Amino acid sequence: MAKKLTIKRKVKEPEPQKEVSDSPESSDNEEEEDLLQAVKDPGEDSSDDEGIDQEYQTDSSEDLEFESDGEGNFLSRKGAGGSSADDDDESAEEEDDDEDESDADAEKSGKSKDEETATTSKSSKKSQEKPTSSKNGGASVVPARDPSKVEYADSDTSDEEDIRNTVGNIPMHWYDEYKHIGYDWDAKKIIKPPKGDQIDDFLRKIEDPNFWRTVKDPLTGQEVFLTDADIALIKRINLGRIPNEEHDEYAPWIEWFTSEVEKMPIKNVPDHKRSFLPSGSEKKTVSRMVHALKMGWMKTTEEVEREKQEKRGPKFYMLWETDTSREQMRRIHDPVSAPKRDLPGHTESYNPPPEYLFDAKEAKEWHKLKDEPHKRKLHFMPQKFKSLREVPAYSRYLRERFLRCLDLYLCPRAKRVKLNIDAEYLIPKLPSPRDLQPFPTVESLVYRGHTDLVRSVSVEPKGEYLVSGSDDKTVKIWEIATGRCIRTIETEDVVRCVAWCPNAKLSIIAVATGSRLLLVNPKVGDKLLVRKTDDLLAEAPVLDVIESERIKTAVQWTTAEPADQEKGVRVVITHFKPIRQVTWHGRGDYLATVMPEGANRSALIHQLSKRRSQIPFSKSKGLIQCVLFHPVKPCFFVATQHNIRIYDLVKQELIKKLLTNSKWISGMSIHPKGDNLLVSTYDKKMLWFDLDLSTKPYQTMRLHRNAVRSVAFHLRYPLFASGSDDQAVIVSHGMVYNDLLQNPLIVPLKKLQTHEKREEFGVLDVNWHPVQPWVFSTGADCTIRLYT
Amino acid sequence: MRRPKKYEAGEATQYISRRAAIRKLQLSLNDFRRLCILKGVYPREPKHRRRAQKGSSEIKILYHTKDIRFLLHESIVWTLRDYKIFAKKSSRDRAIKDFRNLKRRMELFPEIKLDHIVKERYPTFIDALKDLDDCLTLLFLFSTFPSLHLIPREQSNLCRRLTIEFLHYVIASKSLRKVFISIKGYYFQAEIKGQKVTWIVPHYYPFKPQSRQEVDFKVMSIFVEFYTILLGFTNFRLFHGLNLAYPPQFPSTLLQDSADTFKDESSFVSDRIAALNFELLRTDKVQEDEEEPDIDMELLEQDGDSKRIIKMKQEAQEISRLRTLFKGLKFFINREVPREPLVILIRSFGGKVSWDASVFAGATFAENDETITHQIVDRPSLSTQYISRDYIQPQWLFDCVNQRQLLPTNDYFLGESLPPHLSPFVDSKRDSYIPPEEKALHDPSLIETHEQSEEESEEEDAAEKEEEVDQELLDAQLQLAYQQETAEYKKYGGPDGVNEDEEDLSEEDDDEEDVEEEDDDEDVDEATKRKLQEKEKMSVQSGKVHKVNKRQVHKAEVDEHRLQARMVKPRHRNLFRKLIREKQTKEKEEWLLRKKRRNIDADTKEAKKTAKREARKLAAEAAARAAKMVK
Repeated sequence: MAKKLTIKRKVKEPEPQKEVSDSPESSDNEEEEDLLQAVKDPGEDSSDDEGIDQEYQTDSSEDLEFESDGEGNFLSRKGAGGSSADDDDESAEEEDDDEDESDADAEKSGKSKDEETATTSKSSKKSQEKPTSSKNGGASVVPARDPSKVEYADSDTSDEEDIRNTVGNIPMHWYDEYKHIGYDWDAKKIIKPPKGDQIDDFLRKIEDPNFWRTVKDPLTGQEVFLTDADIALIKRINLGRIPNEEHDEYAPWIEWFTSEVEKMPIKNVPDHKRSFLPSGSEKKTVSRMVHALKMGWMKTTEEVEREKQEKRGPKFYMLWETDTSREQMRRIHDPVSAPKRDLPGHTESYNPPPEYLFDAKEAKEWHKLKDEPHKRKLHFMPQKFKSLREVPAYSRYLRERFLRCLDLYLCPRAKRVKLNIDAEYLIPKLPSPRDLQPFPTVESLVYRGHTDLVRSVSVEPKGEYLVSGSDDKTVKIWEIATGRCIRTIETEDVVRCVAWCPNAKLSIIAVATGSRLLLVNPKVGDKLLVRKTDDLLAEAPVLDVIESERIKTAVQWTTAEPADQEKGVRVVITHFKPIRQVTWHGRGDYLATVMPEGANRSALIHQLSKRRSQIPFSKSKGLIQCVLFHPVKPCFFVATQHNIRIYDLVKQELIKKLLTNSKWISGMSIHPKGDNLLVSTYDKKMLWFDLDLSTKPYQTMRLHRNAVRSVAFHLRYPLFASGSDDQAVIVSHGMVYNDLLQNPLIVPLKKLQTHEKREEFGVLDVNWHPVQPWVFSTGADCTIRLYT
Repeated sequence: MRRPKKYEAGEATQYISRRAAIRKLQLSLNDFRRLCILKGVYPREPKHRRRAQKGSSEIKILYHTKDIRFLLHESIVWTLRDYKIFAKKSSRDRAIKDFRNLKRRMELFPEIKLDHIVKERYPTFIDALKDLDDCLTLLFLFSTFPSLHLIPREQSNLCRRLTIEFLHYVIASKSLRKVFISIKGYYFQAEIKGQKVTWIVPHYYPFKPQSRQEVDFKVMSIFVEFYTILLGFTNFRLFHGLNLAYPPQFPSTLLQDSADTFKDESSFVSDRIAALNFELLRTDKVQEDEEEPDIDMELLEQDGDSKRIIKMKQEAQEISRLRTLFKGLKFFINREVPREPLVILIRSFGGKVSWDASVFAGATFAENDETITHQIVDRPSLSTQYISRDYIQPQWLFDCVNQRQLLPTNDYFLGESLPPHLSPFVDSKRDSYIPPEEKALHDPSLIETHEQSEEESEEEDAAEKEEEVDQELLDAQLQLAYQQETAEYKKYGGPDGVNEDEEDLSEEDDDEEDVEEEDDDEDVDEATKRKLQEKEKMSVQSGKVHKVNKRQVHKAEVDEHRLQARMVKPRHRNLFRKLIREKQTKEKEEWLLRKKRRNIDADTKEAKKTAKREARKLAAEAAARAAKMVK
């Protein structure tokens, strides 16, 4: 840019001189000069870039104008440098050349002509302008220029001349704050004309008839009067017409470029030979390319595109040769295939049967579980549409598919055996109870008379009478067949347990009341038997063995007092602690009592014939719940809270310890053959032990819904019964086979639930009739019931 | 000997957490996910989670160590690493504006090859068929997708191509068995080589912009990447099994993967459907014959009477009937009906189908063709109707296929309210409640009787009402007559009291007579009783039938069963309880549904009745008015 500027300066500097010299010249000359100057400007600009311009010329034929410009430049520079006369000639020459050379040049000249006319009009305007401006306010503003102004008044038409301010094309408001508005050619400040206030303006507006045509020149700050011609021009521009009035829009069109092909060349220069001979180098390259195409080294764009297309999609082939053959290859370890989704039911239909649609209540519930959708019964709301047309896209479809994808790659998998069985299948196959008759099915008698809960019941070995002990401190003897109470024996304390001597030749009942054990002769049945028993109990045998202190402090044998004798009590065995249970040995000579609070002396064995007591254990192995004699062998069963110990009475050693795995044993009963033991517990269970088999229960039965109080085996029939706090007596079939290989068969037969509930107690004791398949049960409702 | 440390052997070494697996494979989490999806590696549920997690009890994602070791040897892992390198290098090129190098690199983009994985994951072809459900469902969904940021148009286009090919196979092999319109989409079930393949085609238009928390298209896209390859190979084998050329040749005018079809969603879909309406090119040039005979022959040879064989025979017959269900029928689909599912249906059961040629491409005959037997319409009314054809709603086709017979069309006529659409997939084990409509399908006698009974009852009702009306009329007339009479009597006759007294007296007389008669009866009774007693003493009584109290018996049985149920082994007790609970809930649900249905039926009946009654009343009033006018 700096270069250009300097050039400009160079060009400009001589001008004023020239102008000064040219001033008296004719208008014709002026016009030509104008033309030259008009062309000069672009020439100057492009003078540096001529080389490039020429390049362009060779490249394209369209840029013919440039060529002419180039020439123009050249000429103009000459003109600028030389005299005006030269200019004249040269321009004439130029015009001649133009006509000769080409149509384009012709047009150019046409253009230049136009320009000529335009510039002439301009100059005329300017000439009119200048005097007015000098007249008005500009007189004192630029004194340095004044003489030139006068000079130029007529002839100054160039654009250069317009540039009186040298600041260039900048926003003029930069000078708002200064007094001057720029610099003139002599680098002197152009001072802003004094700015009148609004009143001056107003006054001028009124006084000056030309005020309306006064315009402020932004470059110099001078006011300029627009001439009539100027106004006319402005008006034309406003109306959108061509500014030049003289220009004829409708002049006949001169077709400079014709479509007709001239027969004769415009130029007479013959074409070069090269222009019609094929190029050797091109031929070489083409043949090379053809060869490359043939060999497939090179590909056409089509081929490349096609290949890309083919490459893009996956290619499929026969991956599996047959349907079922499998190729050996490394595969995922122990594959678990993902389960398939459930198939839809009627609910999912677009038109389901009406019952599948939600009613108001269900819909409300469905909406209520909005925040916990997993709790909903269905994961979607059943809907009914009248026609297929109305069915919209399912809004959660994408989400569901996405969740499935997540499941497939993120959900841990494991192989699980899914049981597809019916609940019935789990119930063991047992024979029907109808095939296992007889067993008690109905309640046939109720023995009423006690006033408090009946703790215990026992049946006479012959099966005619029944004895019961109750919390109302009485023992009652009943006739079984009629339900009549034959005798009531009152005692001093709560009767915890009664037991009829199993020996049919004796009629003795052992009654445990408080800490006393009474041996009672009930005086029912065969009179001979009664008398014989009385005789037996009357005389105390002489003791030949001295009893130890331990036993003496625990037990005292005494014959009953006369008052008691009348009631039937014959012998009283006083214990040092309350007795809970009494049980007879099968032969009726021994009986055992349990005092849970007796620590290491809680179990005692009494011999009736010798009136002697023994304490079998020196150490307490736990809180003893109940004891039992083996029916055949000299064995003794002791049940503590958790376990059952079996002792050999002869060898005086522990034979076996049965593990019940229960919290509290309530009672036990032994099968008459002596190989199977039934244990009832307070934690609702009944345990069947096969004594030959193991120390663990052969079978655990949870037949009752509440604590089981007692169990009893029938002496003859394969039956056992259990009584529980849920007021039920359950009769079951418990068959023990002689074949040792065959396991016992246990079948629950009948639930007899007629007892009433009293303070969480139901049935307290059950006992079988020795001969008949009848079961007696005592309950907290003060009754004894017989089921047959 | 060194004392073994805890968690150095056993279950703890069998499982590896995801974090550890990623570290071992030296991949990013995204790449690991991609690898797992492509290779079909999934986390495992350990037997003892605490032990497997080396003592920690929080729930981690655990993979089997062998699986991870298996991934270690996968060639794809290298490709994934190459991707990473590629991304790094190409981004560098881009940053320094080395576009020539970038272009060169782009051409060397590491492609992922999945063929070997398909073979590895599905050792046999049958295995692939077994796992086709998810594949098809996902591809059918993707084939409807617009071009998305994460799902390039190419992918959805490939999905579309493959699904159409599969549908062509289904049509050509006639293996479609069950169809169902659910609110989620159309369920199709085909039986291919003995495997049941079920897929869902969503209702149009399934795509909706989703938030990333809801749906991650990236994950689905990876699945689709694998599934396209799987389906491609499956299609290839299936087509070759039928002696069809693969890839199938469609008429050239259809299915142009030009730029407009990519842009224009509707033409994209219509092309896809149009393609289904054309026969495929065969490689063997032999018209297909029925393949059933060989099955029948086998059955005949066995000549078994066993139930299974008879059942199989029946099944085979039914299927052969199903294959030619729509044979000879010509369907025309109206504009408003979704075409795709219907075209599959009709074509795969031997029917011919067309639609409005001016709206969609691929129509084979025009609406005014007189040979059209059924026109499928889904609008309440139609202006121009041809007599020669049935105008039915689309559900008819679905119900026909599920029933495996052509149902009477009168329930499905234009504008009729449709009978419920039942699912063919219900399992009697899963759902115990069977709606009456389904029961009626099993034995058609039920529905007839039901209708008859309804009609009868209605008739009865009507008769009763008529009688009632008549009686009311009569009563009114009688009353009128009585009033008139009394009025006349008052006018002409004396006081009323006399008459009334007389009446009373006569009544009393009657009473006395009655008493006497009763007395007589008693006398007679006593005599007869005596006689009878004597007779009883003498004669042999006829034995009385022992009446069994059914309720008691039932109760006893229930008790017995309950007792036996208590004998369930302790180790099965929880399971037993669970089963019982399940059974109970099922029964409860069934009961609920039944109750609901009963109420609904009663309501509708009541509504009908009231409507009829009102109509009748109106008619009667109108008649009365008319009569008055005449008078």
